[in-house]
Amino acid sequence: MKVLYTWLCIGITVCAATAGDVLVALAMRRIGDLGELRRRRGFVPMLLRVLKSGVLFAGIFFMAIAFFSNLVGLSWADLSLMGPASAALTYISNALAAKLLLKEDVNRRRWLATIFVFCGVLILSHT
Amino acid sequence: MSVRKYLVILSMMFFGASGDALLARGMKQAGAIDIHHILNVFAVLSSPYILLGIVSLLIFMGSYMTALSFADLSYVMPATAISYVLMTLLSIFWLHERVGAERWSGIVFIVTGVGLVAGGPWRTGDPPESGAGLDAAEERR
Repeated sequence: MKVLYTWLCIGITVCAATAGDVLVALAMRRIGDLGELRRRRGFVPMLLRVLKSGVLFAGIFFMAIAFFSNLVGLSWADLSLMGPASAALTYISNALAAKLLLKEDVNRRRWLATIFVFCGVLILSHT
Repeated sequence: MSVRKYLVILSMMFFGASGDALLARGMKQAGAIDIHHILNVFAVLSSPYILLGIVSLLIFMGSYMTALSFADLSYVMPATAISYVLMTLLSIFWLHERVGAERWSGIVFIVTGVGLVAGGPWRTGDPPESGAGLDAAEERR
């Protein structure tokens, strides 16, 4: 039963983290380069533009779900499985979502980078 | 990429690593949370380690959002993994922990991955639909 709970927690964490990252990335892409915006319009208008983004807050909501499900998982689940799996799988799911949902050019170089990072995170969070 | 953009990426890496380290320490002190009393998760918010970790993660979030405003998710995401390398280096030089071959191989994997993505373009796909892109268009008109 504990294994089932652990994988449920990993699934919720990975899905919520990916949804959060994709929505925040989409919102920031729509808002545009914050440095450039601040130079053109000033700090307060830039901040207002960020705070008016509903997509950004939807992303932060999903990130909060991922944060708390990870926190709960890390406190009782099998640490050797929960930590590495949720951390490493999020890199793969994010690359997939970036390609399919954000239409980014995730070429062979970026896939290779994601796989290297996936392996590295898996090793470091397992040892 | 300009110096400012590199600083944003560096701040994201640093505060991501310190936030994770502080939260991990805070949660170890707090102990297990019972699945049947899930709301107890809010009780850990009184721990100073957890609070400092949350402040670090808020700064990380600001840097992360700024980075995503000028770079792709598939460019920024692998870069966040450098926080694992920073945490390991911190444990070597600050906590004087011994790091075995397995952990060094993990560091090599992550550094190679980040190096690979850093060498490519930081923005691909469609241009922004609004924001700075539209501002520039408005000014041209």
